[in-house]
Amino acid sequence: MASIEMQHIVKQYGDGFPAVNDVSLDIADGEFMILVGPSGCGKSTLLRMIVGLEDITSGDMVIGGKRVNDLAPRDRNLSMVFQNYALYPHMTVFENIAFPLRLSKTPDDEVRRRVNDAADVLELKEHLERKPANLSGGQRQRVAMGRAIVRQAEAFLFDEPLSNLDAKLRGQMRTEISRLQRRLGITTVYVTHDQTEAMTLGDRVCVLRKGKIQQVASPRELYEQPVNLFVAGFIGSPPMNFLPASLEGTALQTPFGAIELDEARAEKVRGRDLLLVGIRPEYFEDASLVDEAKRPVGSTFTARVDVTEWLGDSQYAYIPYDAPQAVTDQLRELSRELDSEELRTQAIVSIDATSRIREGRDAEFWLDARKIHVFDPQTGENLTRDAEAGAELTRMAAQDRVDQVDEARGGATPVGAG
Amino acid sequence: MRYLFRPPATEAAGLLSLPWDQPLEEWDPALLLDVPQRGISRHVVRFVASGGHVYALKEISERLARHEYALLGQFEEEGLPAVTVLGICVDRPGDQEAILVTRYLEYSMSYRWLFSRPRGEHSAERLLDTMVVLLVRLHLAGVFWGDCSLSNTLFRLDAGAFTAYLVDAETVERHARLSPGQRAYDVDLARERVGAELLDLQYGGLLPEDVDPIEVAESLPGRYASLWDEVTREETFSPDEQQYRMTERLQRLNDLGFDVGEMEIVTSPEGARLRVETRVSEPGHNRRELFRLTGLEVQERQAQRLLNDIRAYRAWVERRSPNPVPEAVAAQRWLSEVYQPVVDSIPPNLAGRLAPAEVFHEVLEHRWFLSERAGRDVGTERAARSYFATVLPRTPEEVTTPSATLGRN
Repeated sequence: MASIEMQHIVKQYGDGFPAVNDVSLDIADGEFMILVGPSGCGKSTLLRMIVGLEDITSGDMVIGGKRVNDLAPRDRNLSMVFQNYALYPHMTVFENIAFPLRLSKTPDDEVRRRVNDAADVLELKEHLERKPANLSGGQRQRVAMGRAIVRQAEAFLFDEPLSNLDAKLRGQMRTEISRLQRRLGITTVYVTHDQTEAMTLGDRVCVLRKGKIQQVASPRELYEQPVNLFVAGFIGSPPMNFLPASLEGTALQTPFGAIELDEARAEKVRGRDLLLVGIRPEYFEDASLVDEAKRPVGSTFTARVDVTEWLGDSQYAYIPYDAPQAVTDQLRELSRELDSEELRTQAIVSIDATSRIREGRDAEFWLDARKIHVFDPQTGENLTRDAEAGAELTRMAAQDRVDQVDEARGGATPVGAG
Repeated sequence: MRYLFRPPATEAAGLLSLPWDQPLEEWDPALLLDVPQRGISRHVVRFVASGGHVYALKEISERLARHEYALLGQFEEEGLPAVTVLGICVDRPGDQEAILVTRYLEYSMSYRWLFSRPRGEHSAERLLDTMVVLLVRLHLAGVFWGDCSLSNTLFRLDAGAFTAYLVDAETVERHARLSPGQRAYDVDLARERVGAELLDLQYGGLLPEDVDPIEVAESLPGRYASLWDEVTREETFSPDEQQYRMTERLQRLNDLGFDVGEMEIVTSPEGARLRVETRVSEPGHNRRELFRLTGLEVQERQAQRLLNDIRAYRAWVERRSPNPVPEAVAAQRWLSEVYQPVVDSIPPNLAGRLAPAEVFHEVLEHRWFLSERAGRDVGTERAARSYFATVLPRTPEEVTTPSATLGRN
């Protein structure tokens, strides 16, 4: 297993278009790193440069301390998992896992040891002597994973591995990959366009846009301390709401009334005519259901509800608002870039499932002012980001990972560790 | 449900009545055609016949189906050796996956079938060489296969050799040109897949004992590298050897089954540098058509002649039959009832004077000549007897064709 370091990586195609533009990223040994972003952001190109499928225009690709820019894919000893795996009908499950070792003429006892170890982790032990014909979909994928494990690759690479599976198997495999990665503690790079996958799987997530890194952080840091409008809009479902605002004194004037900022935050956003306030759906609540003690940390406002969506355990209300043309255009552009449905000038707010708020009527809402962010509409910069608080979230995630890997390595025989 | 077809697809109209709303696995076996063992597939694949043609149906996600549909269409236009696509069916009820419909590659053989034959004449080496030619052709065209394996390749007999066709384009990526890393990755994947597939045959007791799966698989990268070098390398030579070196290179490429699109020579005081642009497609529409129908590999004009004879024969059969006779069936009957008897009756001492297809062509000429003189059709059989007795012996002995004996199988 190895760390992967990318230093000023550039991929330029014949037409001069930089698909990857000066990317520097360190992936620690044993870390689960997600590359995420909308189509065309460069995530797959970056992965292919790690594997060796794409030439690197400039910069250094260092795997396990060794520069691999000029190494053939095979000599990098990485494993692309699940890509087009095939199961061989005459071979037992054991041999279906073992064949990469057979081809490299590994001694029998070594083959047996590695396959048995892998089967332990994968919970395939009782299937080893069977033929693969009757394995379930999930078990088949695990056999494919077994092949990657016995190879003792430096790292696992996944390129949108779940995009062709049905929803049920996709959820199942997501859990499986996550559990396995933690048990094996193997460096993993995983490409996806799906922010939910990114948030649930990764130790850290690298958000890319037009070939450039926007932010590399733990899922929680991305969610709570996004660096800019792009990351804020990309991470989270339903997405963050963006309201036009102007600052008067220390209060933001928004379509949903005034939101009071503390002096420190007000200072950061001062001096701009137009601002965008980012509020996640769950920072809202039906005002009638908010604790008296909690009320003062937020503000209340009255608005007409367009639609409500009751999902049993949760409920959403859709509240249209007016916005200047400049803001509407900017939001449309952002949603186009994020491949998302249009971020219309309508807020999606999460309210308690028991709330009696009704469609087509005015209702009183409360919003938690502590957690909002304020963005510069021109540059997209998050003006109220608390870098220290964000870094702390990522430090906590890193510590969790170290603990989990230690536990896995101490608890079981390290599989795949050669 | 929505069906997307690539015209001309009129022949496939009959397919529309199939139960596309049901999972392929649950289709009534009466609708399906039992096709002998093909490769290994991750998907449900079934075969159906309609209007005299056979189609392969594969259930895959819509995204992949659309991708493969577009790519196979491109390949067909460019003359790349691949199965041809007919269409896709999407928006099936209950969130079912899409179905991709390809035309069954007639007279093609899977590696499993080839190794399951008792005759051990199809050596693993020959199959591998054929596969390597396919991979080089695809790579020249900027096609990254991503899943090169024996299972995803079909073989057709080509005058004693094989021609390989790409069957599965699910994982294919199209690039302007491939990086060395992409080619190396494809080759390495092929090496591993072939090794596993041969091992699998060995476990199933289907592999001849003298074939070592690992050894065969390990030889693939080397075979690929030397062929790639052969078709792409630039050569430097002195101006006075220019002409013969060019001819030599061209001949060599043709021998390997490649065509040359353009040759570029850059001269400098040190000598001339020759760059060839190797074509990925093989020339000859009639040749391909005849080959598709009969497996016969002949010259372009011979192919045209034989095709005309097949058409005439089909019309003759149809006049005597209550039902239309599919093209493939007519061609197959023509092959065994018309073509093969003529070729088989070439006297052994005269065999090899002319290529069988050329002999057949001359017999047709001779029949026309005799019939005109007799004022009635004398029939092919009598014409052939006469031709072998009077015409063929007069051909010069040195007009020989090494492939003569290969025409009879």
